[in-house]
This record gives sequence, C-alpha cells and structure tokens, in this order.
Amino acid sequence: MPIGSRVPLGLPEHVIGSAEGFEERFSRNLAARPTGQASLPHLDLFANMALVDDHLRIVLTGIGLTAPNGNSLSEYRDALLGGRSGVQKYDIRYVGETLAGICNFDELKYQKKKEVRRGTRAGSIGIYCAQEAIADSGIDWANTNRERVGVYVGVTEHGNVETENEIYEIKGYNYDTTVWSHHHNPRTVANNPAGEITLNMGITGPHYTIGAACAAGNAGIIQAAQMLRLCECDIALAGGVSESIRTFGIFAGFASQGALAKHEDPTKASRPFDLDRNGIVVSEGGCLYVLERYDDARRRGAKVYGELVGYALNSDASDFVLPNPDQQARCMMMALEKARLNASDIDLVSTHATATDSGDKQECIALRKVFSNGSQPVINNTKSFIGHAMGAAGALELAGNLPTFQDGVCHPTINVDRLDPDCALPGLAINQPQERKGVRYILNNSFGMLGINSVVIIGKV
Amino acid sequence: MNAAEIREEVLDILADIAPDEDLSKLDDNVRFREQLELDSMDFLDIVMELRKRHRIQIPEDDYINLASMSSTVAYLEPLMKDIERQNA
Repeated sequence: MPIGSRVPLGLPEHVIGSAEGFEERFSRNLAARPTGQASLPHLDLFANMALVDDHLRIVLTGIGLTAPNGNSLSEYRDALLGGRSGVQKYDIRYVGETLAGICNFDELKYQKKKEVRRGTRAGSIGIYCAQEAIADSGIDWANTNRERVGVYVGVTEHGNVETENEIYEIKGYNYDTTVWSHHHNPRTVANNPAGEITLNMGITGPHYTIGAACAAGNAGIIQAAQMLRLCECDIALAGGVSESIRTFGIFAGFASQGALAKHEDPTKASRPFDLDRNGIVVSEGGCLYVLERYDDARRRGAKVYGELVGYALNSDASDFVLPNPDQQARCMMMALEKARLNASDIDLVSTHATATDSGDKQECIALRKVFSNGSQPVINNTKSFIGHAMGAAGALELAGNLPTFQDGVCHPTINVDRLDPDCALPGLAINQPQERKGVRYILNNSFGMLGINSVVIIGKV
Repeated sequence: MNAAEIREEVLDILADIAPDEDLSKLDDNVRFREQLELDSMDFLDIVMELRKRHRIQIPEDDYINLASMSSTVAYLEPLMKDIERQNA
C-alpha cells in the first residue's frame, strides 16, 4: 500500500513531522517493531500505534503518586514486593466503622494551609501527584512554557464529598440554605481536581477531568496521549485521583449492593480471586504521569518508564453494574491490535479485579478468551494491597508494575488463601513475587460502572 | 458581647480563614487586605461565619464595613447588642 498517500490525513507538518523522509522513517519504525500479525489490520496513522513516527510515540517520563501504602513509587513498590497492605480501620459519618485505604502524604509539601482549606481532597491529591511527577521527570519546570502543558485527570466521581458535607452542615441550621457555602460550586465543578493543579502550578494549558468510573485512571492516560499526538500540548500530566473515602455514600452504596468488604483484619479484607472474598475496600489515592512525545523526551535525555504502545476504550452496553466479559475481552484485543501485538507478546497483566464474586470471575473469563493458545503472562492484582482507589486505580496499578521492566520481578496478588477455581488462571502470581526476566509488555486493565472498559499496554523502551 | 470580645471572635474567624498568617501583628486600623492575603471569597467566609455563629445577617451593601478590624468591631457592636436583646 502506498504509505505516502495515507500520511497527510489533513495533518499539519508540526504534527506528523517533516513529510520529507516520512516514508523512510515509517518503514524503519515498522521494521524495528515486533510483528505480531502477518498482515496489517490498519494503515491509519491514528489507529495503529506501532506504525507511527517518533514524533507520535508517547512515553511516560515522570511518576507522582500517593497510595495507601506509599507516597512515592519506591515506597509503593517496596510495599508491593514486601506484601504490605495499606488498608486500615476507618470511621465515617452515618456508616460508622468500616475499612478503607487511607493516604498519609503531606498536603503542606506543595500547598499552603489556606489552599488546602479552600480546595478539595481530590485537588490536594492531584497537586501532590502532579508536583512529584514533574520533579521526578527532571523537566526544567522553571523554564517550561506552561501554556503547552495539559492536565487530564481521571475521576470516578467528584463533588459528592462536598455536597454531603454541606448538607450535614445545614442540617445543624434546620436546613437553612443561607449557610450553604459559597465554596460549594468551585469545589464541586467536575474539573476541580485538574483545575486545582493548574492554579497551584501556574499551568495555562488545557485542563479537565475525565469521568470514567473506575476505568478513569487509564482513560486519563489515553486522553493525554491523544492530546499530545494532536499537538494540543507538549507535556501532559495525566492519570487519576480519588477522594472517594471522604463520602459516606460510596460505602453505603456498596454495602446496599452487598459489595462492601468486611474482615476482622483490615489488611486481609481486599482479597480478589479468593473464595472468601466479600467485596470492595474503598480507597483514596492518586497517580499522575508526565507524558511526552518520544522525540521530545529523547531530546532532553529523559528517563523513560515505558511507552504507551496500545490502548482501547469501549462500552458493554449491557448493565449498570455487572461486567461483560465479551466486551472486556474485545477491549484487550483492540489494545493489542492497536499495539500490533499478539496476546503471547504480553509478559504481565495487571488485573482490575475488585474482590467481588461476579467481577473477578467475569474478568477471568475475559482473560481466558484473550490469553489462550499457549500465551502465559504473569497475572497480578494491586487492589489486594491497597483496596480500590477508584479513579486512581488504573494509573496506580500500572505504576506499581512499571519497575518490572528493570528488575524483572512481578509483584503478586495477596490474600489468596483459598483460590477460587473459577479464578485459577495460569500465571497468577499468588502471595509471592515472581521473577520474569525480559519483560517487554505490560497490559493494564481498568473497568467501571455503566460498562466502561479501558486497557493500556506499556512497552519497554 | 463587648468590643474586646467581638475582636476576639473576629480573630478566631480569621485564624480559620487565613491559617498561614501571623495574626498577632494585626494592626486594627489598617485594612485587612493590606496586611493579609484575603480575597473576596475570604470576606464571604467572614460573613458566613458571623451568620453561622451569631445569626447576624450582613447586607451586601454593608460589606464595606468589614474592611479593617476596627471598622468591623464598630459595625458589629450594635448588631450584636440587638441580637442579644432579642435573645434575652
């Protein structure tokens, strides 16, 4: 197929790089990639990420995170390899004693007390993660054109915390709405967590949140990649955050659904794939990445955690809460196709499983559909350590696995004392880290309510 | 509440609204805005806190009276007396 005829696509030169020599670069890039399929499913520049020029390759060059068991990638990774949970006892208005993953990062590291008071918990988590990510990236922030920085933050929900607080407050005044806070609207607008980051860091590029239930962490990363490829920004801060443990409604809602975890020992409460699992541990957290186009990252000699080689988002269109393994499998297949990889190329799968009976089993059905015919990646789960960090989950769960490219160790899924036979996937890393040398590709699942599925595949660079 | 008590109450509110500021050096006769980092949302917080704590309704046209500590205390003193009389 004549490549040149497909290249322009109406794209300006600053997007695709110089047209001159494109065909040569295109062919070189193509030859440099492993070929999973004999024939090319697409030659569309944006449909097939394996065929793109370095100017359109998207890499992760900085990580800032807070998880219930660590406030930096190294702390978090140590906890995941050391089997340390971050789930604790927790008490919240109306619900009473329950369990949660709680973060203990220092809000005042990057915010004044007044800013913390003015904003939201999601905003504080976002600011901490964004600042840490930029510091980690080695970007010369003082000399960065902040008009060219985009902020794309995945959220499961936003605003419930503040609305519940205000209703609680006016209840003390016989529901007199004249004591309803003037801070309510700026705190509850859906862009709040991303907007607080721009205010704190002086970023004047685009910002918004991506509402994608528990698929949001991956969705934030995907949004960033798309915007970088369109040259809407040069640096993206993206991933997901969650303040959900500050709303009683999420606990009460899962409890009413019969999906809220209980256990005498908080550290054993989140137990995906175990026969004695009894639901979700709700957690807070955040993880934001610095993403850049590969040519920019290489030019500044950046440390590269990995390349986003494939991704996909799709919908189940089947149920408000129940997952759909056919669509989950299709989402994984679409991401593989975009990456131009076969399932057998994947070395490590980070599962979404939340420790609900249905969710775990359905994801295992989807995984069996995709990873059959001899392919056997290591399979693990992060929620067994930190609970379900909602909008942050996808981004956080990916981060904890990225060091595997360097150290060849896959963290396990913990709290599997009696493996559910329906979840007995080959390759499941149970309770102990597993060595896997030469890991090249990690596939990260993240699914959410209303039937939203997101998958990202990260390749070693 | 006498003037000194009202001043303490306003200081208490300011401590919540401007937690990073050192209020011990506050000059009562200088506008808040000239010595503290306060914006319009913060002034609304002062109004809101007075409403919550003392059921004082301050009309928008009167916000100008909250410019400094001395003007705030002078403005609030008769209002507080009225409220105390109503509650007596």
